[in-house]
Amino acid sequence: MSTQVDVQNRSADVPEDAPEHCPGTDSNAAGKSAACAGCPNQTICASSRPAGPDPDVEQVRQRMSTIKHKILVLSGKGGVGKSTVTAQLAFGLARNEATQVGVLDIDICGPSIPKVMGLEGEQVHQSASGWSPVFVADNLGVMSASFLLPNPDEAIIWRGPKKNTLIKQFLKDVDWGELDYLVVDTPPGTSDEHLSISQYLATTHVDGVVIVTTPQEVALSDVRKEINFCRKVKLPVIGVIENMSGFVCPSCKNESQIFPPTTGGAAKMAADMAVPFLGRIPLDPRIGRACDEGKSYLDEIADSPAVVAYNSIIGQIKAHCEAHPAGAH
Amino acid sequence: MQKAGGEDEIATAAGCPSDSGMAGRASACEGCPGRELCSQQGGVDPDQAGINVRMNAIRHKVIVLSGKGGVGKSSVAATLAMALAAAGHKVGIVDLDICGPSVPKLLGVEGMPVVNSEYGWLPLKSPHYDIKVMSVGSLLTDADSAIVWRGPRKTGIIKRFLKDTLWGRLDFLIFDTPPGTSDEHLTVLSALKQAKPDGAVLVSTPQDSALVTVRKEITFCNKMGLRILGVVENMAGYVCPCCGEHTDIFSSKGAQKLATEFNLPYLGQVPLDPTLTQQCETGSDIFKAAPNSVSAKAMSTIANTVLEMVKQSR
Repeated sequence: MSTQVDVQNRSADVPEDAPEHCPGTDSNAAGKSAACAGCPNQTICASSRPAGPDPDVEQVRQRMSTIKHKILVLSGKGGVGKSTVTAQLAFGLARNEATQVGVLDIDICGPSIPKVMGLEGEQVHQSASGWSPVFVADNLGVMSASFLLPNPDEAIIWRGPKKNTLIKQFLKDVDWGELDYLVVDTPPGTSDEHLSISQYLATTHVDGVVIVTTPQEVALSDVRKEINFCRKVKLPVIGVIENMSGFVCPSCKNESQIFPPTTGGAAKMAADMAVPFLGRIPLDPRIGRACDEGKSYLDEIADSPAVVAYNSIIGQIKAHCEAHPAGAH
Repeated sequence: MQKAGGEDEIATAAGCPSDSGMAGRASACEGCPGRELCSQQGGVDPDQAGINVRMNAIRHKVIVLSGKGGVGKSSVAATLAMALAAAGHKVGIVDLDICGPSVPKLLGVEGMPVVNSEYGWLPLKSPHYDIKVMSVGSLLTDADSAIVWRGPRKTGIIKRFLKDTLWGRLDFLIFDTPPGTSDEHLTVLSALKQAKPDGAVLVSTPQDSALVTVRKEITFCNKMGLRILGVVENMAGYVCPCCGEHTDIFSSKGAQKLATEFNLPYLGQVPLDPTLTQQCETGSDIFKAAPNSVSAKAMSTIANTVLEMVKQSR
């Protein structure tokens, strides 16, 4: 007898082999409720839940309270330019030396931020007040899992729970001090890292999420899921950026769509999903080179159409943050 | 100022034994929230026997990896599957990217439901060469709903793909993976321990900022004892269709140099080709639609090399 398989998209915390009324592995009743009897995961749930509220949540809230604006850079799809956008956004915000900016890289397996911000090989140091960020400039500090490794080729081969612990540690132990902006770079997907960051920041004010995509449908289909994820966890969407949007040949100056927007591109998707569209950034080989060299791209080649696009996008993000300060929503 | 957390933090960052038989049992595991999960997974897995039965009916298992996102793993995996099937082999492809499953679109099976039979889940049959496809994308009714699953749930579904899917007898099963070195990667390699995968095809784009992550994937493969069949350099340059000017949009030859540095076979390069991107977008077959295109020829060569390498190892 053939029947259609539909994997119930139950809550993220309910394992495949859980019984019918599983309270969820993240709930306080995890492992302890009547429904847990006989479940193969019962011991894991019961032993990993502390009795009472998580004391770290308060510590995170305190660290985050000295940070005026928090922006997450998400995508869902890999390789669309999240880290590049995060870095250029941070460089752009930090142009004003009076603005204090921090960058937090929560891509544990593939941390790109140190490379694109010129901090490869740096290590984290601890002071009496916590972990110190590594500084690109006096007003621009960075934290990444990469700084914990003695050798950049080392792979961090961790399952979800361990990654979550490190993310929590980044939020509660890094001494950011007073920041105007904290920009958080994320890995692709909608999994442990994304759930954890949204849960740990739930008690603080997050200005919103910037979503990066490329124009083609294969990317957009992942990005729609990411927008739905943001809605589920109540993260406001500041807007969508279409990266790698067209390439102008340096010789004949004609524009080609290397990643064709077969379904209308990000602008149409943003309109369909009722989120703001922040702009298109064209492909420019100089961006790749600047990332490889760990430099700020914005001042090096100010005449590039991509830089013009970045400046407009940075302006829109700043305007959103200033219009929605903590406590305003 | 001392190093953050002293030696322990650095030791656990680089020395976490989650990828080994000591997972959950080493002294470094003390106090780790993932300890129970790791030690449970280190023991005898009740699903293993079922996985072995299914996987032993498949001659060659090739895992497409990168570590880095957006380099074209899924495009290379799907095109490789088509190239092998076009050459007359029986091919299946399993999509281990739970959050961003691209394979159904690339193989033209979007929207098709997976049906459960008495012998297991019936994989979808692609219109291209009857390639068998399994992906979480095909198991959900709403294509836009986010699959927000933590590691253990992703592990569960991957095991079901291997144990509960009626793959039948195949010459090749291609595994498409998500970026990273995490649950999905550990789960599939652990599940295939006895079924012995032929090896991994590593995909990268040429630029340094991608290679930084791909190097970690090489470390991962070495740690896990997974043979690397070779490196594919994707998005290797763009030729303007108007004037023929070649531009290295994402730098050049980085993946080739990486292969040389790590003494790995270099399988070839695929250029940035709007023809290939277009075929991928529409779930079409580049070998039928544009057999003389640069990317079709490049992928054919890569597929032939992979074929030679897997034959040599058996």
